[in-house]
Amino acid sequence: MTTLSTDAPKSALSRLVTAGTHQKLLAFASLIVLLIGFSIASPNFMQTSNMIAILQAASVNGVLAIAVTLVIITGGIDLSVGTMMTFTAVITGVVLTFLGLPLILGVFAAIATGAFCGSCSGTFVAKMKIPPFIATLGMMLILKGLSLVISGTRPIYFNDTPGFSEISRGSILGELVPALPIPNGVLILFIVAAAAAYVLNRTVLGRYCFALGSNEESVRLSGVNTDRWKIAIYALSGAIVGVAGLLIASRLNSAQPALGLGYELEAIAAVVIGGTSLSGGRGSILGSLIGALIMAVLTNGLRVLSVAQEWQTVVTGAIIILAVYADMMRRKPS
Amino acid sequence: MLSRRALVAALGLTLSLGAAPAAHAQDGEVFIPLISKGFQHQFWQAVKSGADQAAEEMGVRITFEGPDNETMVDRQIDMLAAALANNPGAIGFAALDSQAAIPLLRQADEAGIPVIAFDSGVDSDIPAATATTDNLAAAGLAADKMAELIGGSGKVAVVAHDQTSRTGIDRRDGFLNRMESEYPEIEVVSVQYGAGDQLQSTEVAKAILTANPDLDGMFGTNEGSAIGIVNAVREMGADEVTVIGYDSGKAQTNAIRSGEMAGAITQNPVGIGYETVKAAVAAMNGEELPEVIDTGFYYYDQSNIDDDEIQAVLYD
Repeated sequence: MTTLSTDAPKSALSRLVTAGTHQKLLAFASLIVLLIGFSIASPNFMQTSNMIAILQAASVNGVLAIAVTLVIITGGIDLSVGTMMTFTAVITGVVLTFLGLPLILGVFAAIATGAFCGSCSGTFVAKMKIPPFIATLGMMLILKGLSLVISGTRPIYFNDTPGFSEISRGSILGELVPALPIPNGVLILFIVAAAAAYVLNRTVLGRYCFALGSNEESVRLSGVNTDRWKIAIYALSGAIVGVAGLLIASRLNSAQPALGLGYELEAIAAVVIGGTSLSGGRGSILGSLIGALIMAVLTNGLRVLSVAQEWQTVVTGAIIILAVYADMMRRKPS
Repeated sequence: MLSRRALVAALGLTLSLGAAPAAHAQDGEVFIPLISKGFQHQFWQAVKSGADQAAEEMGVRITFEGPDNETMVDRQIDMLAAALANNPGAIGFAALDSQAAIPLLRQADEAGIPVIAFDSGVDSDIPAATATTDNLAAAGLAADKMAELIGGSGKVAVVAHDQTSRTGIDRRDGFLNRMESEYPEIEVVSVQYGAGDQLQSTEVAKAILTANPDLDGMFGTNEGSAIGIVNAVREMGADEVTVIGYDSGKAQTNAIRSGEMAGAITQNPVGIGYETVKAAVAAMNGEELPEVIDTGFYYYDQSNIDDDEIQAVLYD
């Protein structure tokens, strides 16, 4: 066990996060165990192309998990991230394909749409005092419906914007270092993670994020406009969802309007595996990133081992419970 | 400390459980993953059972996976990526969205892994063959049955689901062509479109019945169209009209049991699975394949609806 804590990853971890290094280490150790286990079980698992497939599978869920982590730390929950992602993709489709505007405006539209949707959720929660579960459940349905209405229930393709699919599928890194053809989508995941971790740990917004989750009342009593900060956090979370919308649309070279339901639960699962507490006030971006990677490794690994699909679901569920249980046991004063 | 060890042990245990079925798969066995559009529906389970049967006969190993629902295009792509990592001999693929899958299909093509499309085609020349229902021939069989039931002469009408999709066009034309070439005594008085929507098809069918009180038979080209006709006949009290449907589903099988519908064409999902695996093996051996492999279809009515052969291919 001591070898774990002196591992190189730890210093990388502790640079990104300030608190709860142990729980991240636990998640990180699980990730390594999974990687080693699958490599032993199947010679086809540990190939460059498969590792890239895993990272790519983790990129959308990872970005969504990061977005939802911010909201969960404030003591809220966001059920709308899946359909919000789709909605931002559809808006990008409108901007690029229907209106034929330049690529950069499509990127801007996705992030701005996400931020706007997030601030709506934030307003429902902070100003109208609707419980986050209900407010974002409503948003989830509104955005699902609007995606279908705006797109005419058909996928919007990006064939006229050739650069668009490069956002996720292209590989800037691969052009520089041919041995590492990591798709841009994966780089974006790591950039978003680093940026979100910076905001959470080094800025006032991040400090209030934790403070709201730990004890909102005392923050309010100390004269802080909690509503405003809360809305800002939901808006930031929404903007990150917009990035996920870009990633998935770019990867599929289309905005699929019916997609999105169910993605919120996988994002929340990744957050929970990463050690963020659903009761708020505690959590980390790095944990959620590792959580998303664990889920992607698990899904891919079970597939490569040809485990029947029914059982894949069972195993994934069991891992979630185990991960959270282990985290709770560690916390319990012995 | 204890808990961390417990977690690691539990993960290890889960992994070793997972590894068990794969352990005997490493001995040079041919592996053919099938990536379908779905997994839980009766239709896809029937496709899977056909694929399993072919795999057993041909001594290959298959897996059958599909996303939870037909919207999850990206999950299907992830499944395809994982399948490619596993050194497959060939791949079976029913695309949810052809375009999204093309980079991976190209990757398979470059690696010399043959791809067999099934159920619906893939908009690309990469697949070596497509195993699907021959809708033209199936609708032709519906025309034969219709002619037989109305005694070889009379007036019939068609309620189709649409005039643009491949299945809509093929089922309509299959029926019309057969009528024209084989049954000169039968007149097709009307072909109308109800978007496969039960209510819309009901209105369309009622209009046809009103315009043609002496109508002898009606053919509905998919489940919604067929149910629309049944509704219209019921509402208009036009019991003498012979109704033939397409596909299965609870409402349609009930109508057949009750006698409101004479019979229907059902696709053969078991055959789709079987032919996909068979074609995959043939493609691996470098055999020439036809562009489209007809996976077969059946006509079912009150007399054979409970036969094992028919029950195996009915889906809700």
